[in-house]
Amino acid sequence: MAVNFLYPDYEVSRNDDRCIACRVCERQCANEVHEFLADTNKMVSDDAKCVNCHRCVALCPTRALKIVKNNNTYKENANWSAKTMNELYRQASSGGVLLSSMGNPENYPVYFDKILLNASQVTNPSIDPLREPMETRVFLGAKPQNIERDEAGRIVNNLPPHLTLSMPMMFSAMSYGSISYNAHESLARAAEELGILYNTGEGGLHEDFYCYGKNTIVQVASGRFGVHPDYLNSGAAIEIKIGQGAKPGIGGHLPGEKIVGDISRTRMIPEGSDAISPAPHHDIYSIEDLRQLVFSLKEATNYQKPIIVKIAAVHNVAAIASGIARSGADIIAIDGFRGGTGAAPTRIRDHVGVPIELALAGVDKRLRDEGIRDNVSIVAGGSIRSSADIVKAIALGADCVYIATAALIALGCHLCRSCHTGKCNWGIATQVPDLVKRLNPEIGYKRLVNLLTAWQHEIKEMIGGMGINSIESLKGNRLMLRGVGLSEKELEILGIKYAGE
Amino acid sequence: MKRVYVNEKWCLGCHLCEYYCAFGESNKKDMARALKDIKINPKIWIEEKDGVSFAVSCRHCKEPLCVKSCITGALTIKDGVVTINKDKCISCYTCILICPYGAVSPSEDGAVQKCELCVKTTWGTPACVEGCPNGAIVFEERG
Amino acid sequence: MKEGQIRIPSGCAISGLIDKSGKRMSGEAVLRSISVMHDRSNGLGGGFAAYGIYPEYKDFYALHIFYDNSASKKSCEEFLEQHFDIINLSKIPTRKIKVITEEPLIWRYFVTPLPTKLGGSQLDEREFVAKCVFRVNTRIDGAYIFSSGKNMGVFKAVGYPEDIGRFYRLEEYEGYCFTAHGRYPTNTPGWWGGAHPFALLDYSVVHNGEISSYDANRRTIEMYGYKCTLQTDTEVITYIVDYLHRKKGLTFSETAAVIAAPFWQTIERMTPEKRETHEYLRNVFSAQLFTGPFSILVGFEGGLMALNDRLKLRSMVVGEKGDLVYIASEEAAIRIIEPNLSRVWSPMGGEPVIVRLNGDEV
Repeated sequence: MAVNFLYPDYEVSRNDDRCIACRVCERQCANEVHEFLADTNKMVSDDAKCVNCHRCVALCPTRALKIVKNNNTYKENANWSAKTMNELYRQASSGGVLLSSMGNPENYPVYFDKILLNASQVTNPSIDPLREPMETRVFLGAKPQNIERDEAGRIVNNLPPHLTLSMPMMFSAMSYGSISYNAHESLARAAEELGILYNTGEGGLHEDFYCYGKNTIVQVASGRFGVHPDYLNSGAAIEIKIGQGAKPGIGGHLPGEKIVGDISRTRMIPEGSDAISPAPHHDIYSIEDLRQLVFSLKEATNYQKPIIVKIAAVHNVAAIASGIARSGADIIAIDGFRGGTGAAPTRIRDHVGVPIELALAGVDKRLRDEGIRDNVSIVAGGSIRSSADIVKAIALGADCVYIATAALIALGCHLCRSCHTGKCNWGIATQVPDLVKRLNPEIGYKRLVNLLTAWQHEIKEMIGGMGINSIESLKGNRLMLRGVGLSEKELEILGIKYAGE
Repeated sequence: MKRVYVNEKWCLGCHLCEYYCAFGESNKKDMARALKDIKINPKIWIEEKDGVSFAVSCRHCKEPLCVKSCITGALTIKDGVVTINKDKCISCYTCILICPYGAVSPSEDGAVQKCELCVKTTWGTPACVEGCPNGAIVFEERG
Repeated sequence: MKEGQIRIPSGCAISGLIDKSGKRMSGEAVLRSISVMHDRSNGLGGGFAAYGIYPEYKDFYALHIFYDNSASKKSCEEFLEQHFDIINLSKIPTRKIKVITEEPLIWRYFVTPLPTKLGGSQLDEREFVAKCVFRVNTRIDGAYIFSSGKNMGVFKAVGYPEDIGRFYRLEEYEGYCFTAHGRYPTNTPGWWGGAHPFALLDYSVVHNGEISSYDANRRTIEMYGYKCTLQTDTEVITYIVDYLHRKKGLTFSETAAVIAAPFWQTIERMTPEKRETHEYLRNVFSAQLFTGPFSILVGFEGGLMALNDRLKLRSMVVGEKGDLVYIASEEAAIRIIEPNLSRVWSPMGGEPVIVRLNGDEV
């Protein structure tokens, strides 16, 4: 095309004094940014192809490479940003919906960053986790209504099916197809070693991973891909996915090119056919329909598995959660608007849904006001970035958090947000065999175990500082939180006081 | 004894092992200074064909043919490591011809060179193993 | 500032004694005991709970009420008359003590629920009474029921406990069990209702500590219909004990295993049957666990339970002599009333000491 409206956002900066022309950048870039010129013995690069994934930067043995923001600029305009204009140029040329990957990157408030934690001074001793037991075990599931006793007066175990986790974290749903076999293996092995769970997403469960069943949540989503009795019975819990924080209200689409080999078999659809998950479940048009699906799944698994219902955090989330808590579901998962995705329409990802902090606080309060908080556990997800976020989420009322983006970053993801291209240089969001093998699960699972173990240590330090030695005493303990830079209304919704109060 | 093992399943064909090998041998602190504008001659290298790649280097055989064939005693086994004494090497290259793995090669100074598990370098442990980004080259004890 | 408007952490002294034979003794002993721990209080609150003191009215609920003024008394009495048969009412006898000031009107009523009201409510009798107590305390301005059990009573005020005991003429009461509290709040509350013990029905709690799980516990118990108007630990502990023991039917040792649960590492070493019970309790009642330091005495009809937090972050000593069991923050507070104890020990963290009148079943 004679007119090129789009100038690259980033440029590859190569320090020729340090480049030894080893060509690792060239060999490792699936986008073919780098090229070796034999006649001059020099490397060159094409910035236009670069997605800024940092694979070359991370592998360059002499640190000769870096990616810098391009300073090419339009005339400054506070209303029409360069990003807006570029998106417009793109649509004017393609006529299509803009696609994006990973979570909402826009500049909305991050409430976790406006909440501060408490610590003990004088009146109440802080507890040192290196010297005293510090407990992070949590149970997820409904609590029994009444205590029952046998003739001898002993308490009868009438607990509904529940999950036991060594720490209040789980890996959230990412399907085999949207991420690679090796990424799935890393998650499954890490979950097993950590005593937590990972989630299949809507891609079915590869037969190689049935052995991780007790650490697996199997998902049933609107496309019902890969769902069959053995699948449902293979996991420790079943998750009905109603919505996802990155794209509330719409379904999913895995293009036919990616439905190959094992993925086709695992999803139980023919090779090359598009895997289209409808926007709603076509057997759930109302809350009573959800109840039917919950009990269908319970029937199918002989009432042995807790049922999770996952929803996106939308405006009416508290009322919806209240309905779910009365539907027979054991666990509600709420996914905030910053949650990640393998692909979503940009406008939906960036403009639909609400922050997890507000949604979580609202749901926890509503369920308590209605006296039904014991019916369900709450799992909060949608951009949990650190152990501090976890402590804050639990103090706001969550039983546990879902982690996905952070887990992918631990595996090497640099948030280049190009998953939808299928050419992930880190071997995560791709099915290209040469790229998939870049993620060695032996390394990957250890990095995940390291990350969560580190977070668990940090959680213990933080709650120990508060004088708490068991995570359940943090749940809903909003007095441990104070807000900064928040309005009265925001404080009211979060149910916390202002710092200094 | 710990040896270098490779696994083609995880080899990405990125050739970094070759550069780390050359860097390790250079005994310099900075790779850019060590390898800038030179053609490296590493003791480990990638073989690749039809999408399969793996690194090749000396296996430190228990009964090495190269040692048996060396007419000057330049190649010996020292603590299990097949070692070359360049002062004794007369560049007859019998070892190169006889090694079934092709792990011995000529060096710039005429004498043969081969992987000596970095025992003579400042790294101390094999540099190729540390430089492999995907765990395809490991240094471990196997039965 | 009064309790309920802000949260006030406090340090404290506690003391209690019980005669297992059920023999009644004067309130003088507990008064002497708590006086020894003068330095653990700062004059901003204290009080006593006494069991077995109203044998002549043992079938009636004894309501002890603070009134700010006669208007609040009038509206409260109207409410009481609508819901209860009032058998007897009187001012609680006090004597003038120079340092005890700004006393409210302090009245006592012996009541029983009106059968028609009770039947119409579809509640059991104790739940009916508890609901009426909440109603008065949250809806009637200036009226506060601070004691509502049968054959027991709470006496509390702002001041040092030894002065408060004299003020209420505690030595004139005779009971089989007494507990006492001296308060060291880190603030200056001036409200008598905020002093301890805190009581609901026949459960009374005196507490030394500051529970770091407070808001988790509060929000949980409020879901079950309790109203934590004072924002104190003692209030939430009392309600949780009431919930677990009265409403859920847990025994006191099971209640202790919930609120000061053994660590998982301890549970894992138990026999399979015991382990299952403890795992069950920790799962079902995870939100009723108290963390942070506390030593508490829970008085109830026919007994007394002493309990420390799971790490034993507060001092608490138990002494025995014959049928008498003594518990206090400091051993000196026991020795002053019984120098020749047959046994003295410090219970482990989370290990309840439950004392019942001889012959009483669980």
